[in-house]
Amino acid sequence: MNIVVCIKQVPDSAQIRVHPVTNTIMRQGVPTIINPYDLFSLEAALQLRDQVGGKVIVLTMGPPMAEDALRKAMGIGADKAVLLTDRFFAGSDTLATSYALSMAISKIAETEGPIDMVFCGKQTIDGDTAQVGPGIACRLGLNQLTYITSIESLDAAKREITVQRRAEGGVQVLKTALPVMVTMLEGSNVVRRGSMPNVLRAAREPITILNAAKAGIEDLTRCGLKGSPTVVKKVFAPKPRADKAKLVETANRSHTDIANDAVEAIFAAAPKLHTDLLGRVAQA
Amino acid sequence: MSDKAAPAAAAAGGNRAGMKKELPEHFKAYKHVWVFIEMERGVVHPVSWELLGEGRKLADKLGVELAGALLAGPGEATAAAVKDCFEYGADLVYLMEDPILADYRNQTYAASLTDLVNTHKPEILLLGATNLGRDLAGTVATTLATGLTADCTELAIDHEGSLAATRPTFGGTLLCTIHTLNFRPQMATVRPRVMAMPERQEGRQGRVVPHKLALEESSIITKILDFIADANIEKAQLAYADIVVAGGMGLGRAENFKLVQDLAAVLGAEYGCSRPVVQKGWMPAERQIGQTGKTIRPRLYIAAGISGAIQHRVGVEGSDIILAINTDPNATIFEFAHMGIVGDALQILPALTEAFRRRLAVNRLAG
Repeated sequence: MNIVVCIKQVPDSAQIRVHPVTNTIMRQGVPTIINPYDLFSLEAALQLRDQVGGKVIVLTMGPPMAEDALRKAMGIGADKAVLLTDRFFAGSDTLATSYALSMAISKIAETEGPIDMVFCGKQTIDGDTAQVGPGIACRLGLNQLTYITSIESLDAAKREITVQRRAEGGVQVLKTALPVMVTMLEGSNVVRRGSMPNVLRAAREPITILNAAKAGIEDLTRCGLKGSPTVVKKVFAPKPRADKAKLVETANRSHTDIANDAVEAIFAAAPKLHTDLLGRVAQA
Repeated sequence: MSDKAAPAAAAAGGNRAGMKKELPEHFKAYKHVWVFIEMERGVVHPVSWELLGEGRKLADKLGVELAGALLAGPGEATAAAVKDCFEYGADLVYLMEDPILADYRNQTYAASLTDLVNTHKPEILLLGATNLGRDLAGTVATTLATGLTADCTELAIDHEGSLAATRPTFGGTLLCTIHTLNFRPQMATVRPRVMAMPERQEGRQGRVVPHKLALEESSIITKILDFIADANIEKAQLAYADIVVAGGMGLGRAENFKLVQDLAAVLGAEYGCSRPVVQKGWMPAERQIGQTGKTIRPRLYIAAGISGAIQHRVGVEGSDIILAINTDPNATIFEFAHMGIVGDALQILPALTEAFRRRLAVNRLAG
């Protein structure tokens, strides 16, 4: 079983700050992490490999420093790593990103053999689009299984997989054929810690580096800004509301008085809410 | 996944051909605004009506028609959904009705919607940013090789007649406006509750354009073995709750969320939290309020110990009244809350619980 897991190196969003005057992102010193959603997919891939054999290859597209994320993933247990990096990829939107990644996956298949499963994160924490996984599946003709809560069974010989998928108001039980693209729902498994032998191996294992040409991409107009149908015209901080919050007087007052004032103010602004609440209490 | 490296793209934009609108000739026939009507197991997701409300404004601005694109199994629920589309503002409904479409599958829905778009050529296609909508939109945008902007918080038409889709970027610290200038349709998804529910216009009529499905069950690889309905429908309640009480990092510890739950109980409200609280593991992900969690539009929202990052703000801005409690008088939440209490949420929350309890109980005795 050949499994490719696509991961992304993202800034630790908890530590991003916006410059108070210029409203620009202050990236300096912000640590990077593997997109947390990707880890649930990596874990699911590792479990399947442990179950049926084969190898897990982690793939990322990004700047050379994204190698860190790949080594972390190998420390967790991935067998091989591929870094797709080229200045031509800069500014890619999701359509251009899924194109480049699908070309890289096809290239990996040339050396590793056919790819049976591709795992992606449900979405990233920086872009939050959830579009690249479906884009890859569509380009490579993989059966698409998103928001998977559990992989019930995998029959490698029959090339069949049965999964549970989160839907509105319930869970779909789906059966489909390999090859597939899977995104796992958060909390669907517990991500293992890196073992010492894996961490040591990850530090010295060579990483395959593909640029656009090596990934077999001949038409560079499909990459980066040129290959992106969407255009970012404006980045801005939201306008503060004209009128700021009306503050409840708190100086030298008890919490009870403050709370009473707040309740009065709320019901004065929303008398209908008050009536409805009283109605609800009366019914109870 | 791509965050588009937004500022980089904006900075480099000046010399980029795609920044100028030069719509190829074959795209000029693309007209009208479409909303994908999300129907699962006989029920239309309310986000579809919210999008019809928004789509109506875009269509009126462009002077074109508003259409619903409905893919469903045959039956009464489908007929009712068509009628609802008209009453929520659609001029026409493109209807693909077939037993194969009774349940959502990526392959069948993506092929059908792609076929529908290629046949009738809309200039704008909107979908709900639900699990279903995101699964479908990502595929369809790829088959159509067009632009798709996820999780928009604002949609507008610019002076050139292009869709200007605004969404938070960088994990919700800034907003960006994205255009798909030279490809059609211009696609966007919007989360449930981000747009207001339109007024229903009883008896409003429209026309149905049927479209035949070009698939047979034998050619579809993925089979649905079962559907396990949720035992508790609690999860769905937060987005549509009347009153919501939420806590943030200012509460300090997981145990202190009891105070949030106590206040919620007195008000018959739902409770939730900000994103860092989920990341800390203090509350489950389905309680998260904000851009990447639930968007809420309650009549009253009480936010305790939440600083008010943009990603939170865009998820609560539709609330009628926001009361913020924070020790920091300069917290950004006071910039968009309607009422504020500068103070320690750990002391204010129990006082509020008591004040509401007294106020509601006294009136009950009096009445």
